[in-house]
Amino acid sequence: MTTDQQTRATVWPDQIYEVLKDAGVTQVAYVPDAGHAKLINRCHADKAMHAVSLTTEEEGVAMLAGAWMGGAKGVLLMQSSGVGNCINMLSIYEECRLPLLMIVTMRGVWGEFNPWQVAMGGSTAAALENAGVIVHSVDRAEDVKETVHACTALAFNTQRPVAVLIQQRVIGFKNWSK
Amino acid sequence: MAAKKPSGLDRRKVVAALLADRGDALVVTGLGSPTYDTFAAGDHDLNFYLWGGMGGAAMAGLGLALAQPKRRVLVITGDGEMLMGLGALATIACEAPKNLAIAVIDNGHYGETGMQRAHTARGVDLAGIAKASGFKSAATLQSMASLQSWLPEWNKKAGPVFADIKVSAEPAPMRLPLRDGTAIKYRFRTALLGADAQK
Repeated sequence: MTTDQQTRATVWPDQIYEVLKDAGVTQVAYVPDAGHAKLINRCHADKAMHAVSLTTEEEGVAMLAGAWMGGAKGVLLMQSSGVGNCINMLSIYEECRLPLLMIVTMRGVWGEFNPWQVAMGGSTAAALENAGVIVHSVDRAEDVKETVHACTALAFNTQRPVAVLIQQRVIGFKNWSK
Repeated sequence: MAAKKPSGLDRRKVVAALLADRGDALVVTGLGSPTYDTFAAGDHDLNFYLWGGMGGAAMAGLGLALAQPKRRVLVITGDGEMLMGLGALATIACEAPKNLAIAVIDNGHYGETGMQRAHTARGVDLAGIAKASGFKSAATLQSMASLQSWLPEWNKKAGPVFADIKVSAEPAPMRLPLRDGTAIKYRFRTALLGADAQK
């Protein structure tokens, strides 16, 4: 990797944080994922944001519906395995036409070690689309900022659920040797 | 686990009492009878009637409570709905919103689907789960007298506040509120946010 590539590989979580901040996001609901660790830490450090750890991802879907009803913008962070936990709760967004910004770090699709991640990773995009969510995927670190920015605008300006899938190629290999 | 004797409280009287002094509170209702009970107590622009999203009422209340920290947020839901989202009690206890109160209208059954028995009729103690999760206040209420003496907690006490209110499994007369979700959303947001609802 060149220095430029290394920089791009590590700054995208900070760039997402800046995009969320600029958009006025104040509620960050998440189930932890290693790919989101840096972003989660930044959101917790921000006194103007409520970073809420969930027991399951569907809690965040319901929570952010309440947030929008109350005039607040939120984001839901999870890994691809969590998408399957959200499906029925997403029906609130279809029926009430609410905005939702989901940022999903992918597993099970590129350089994966754990075979148990493959099933949900392979059906993440289709499951979201079937539930009425607009899906955009990013597989290069240098595209993360622009895509998250565009999807944030799309979600909140048009009041629709939108998911950004951060592909595993952006996140890098998980080290299983330590 | 021994089945508990049902108290026979009238769910409509219970919910009417919960909303009698709502003031400027924001109300979220869980799908099924609690949505109908809340409507029967008096339609209100600041009622977010859920007709779906089972298991999500308490968490919708949390998002609303965090968004509107100066307003009281009251969640009125059913025992089956609460059981489907039990993890929410843990999450809400950890966030500890002072302005959130949750009441479960507990008839011990799934009333919408053929009156199958729910876990609350088989010994599961929702108030115990809320208390063990860290709720500031968690009660099981079996009489109108105990409900009346608890109402100041529901309306005013620093939360999160929880009560499991044991009601009769007798069905109440059908009363159906607005069910178009987008209409409910605009009505609620316009009442709460005024012109900002359109931004």
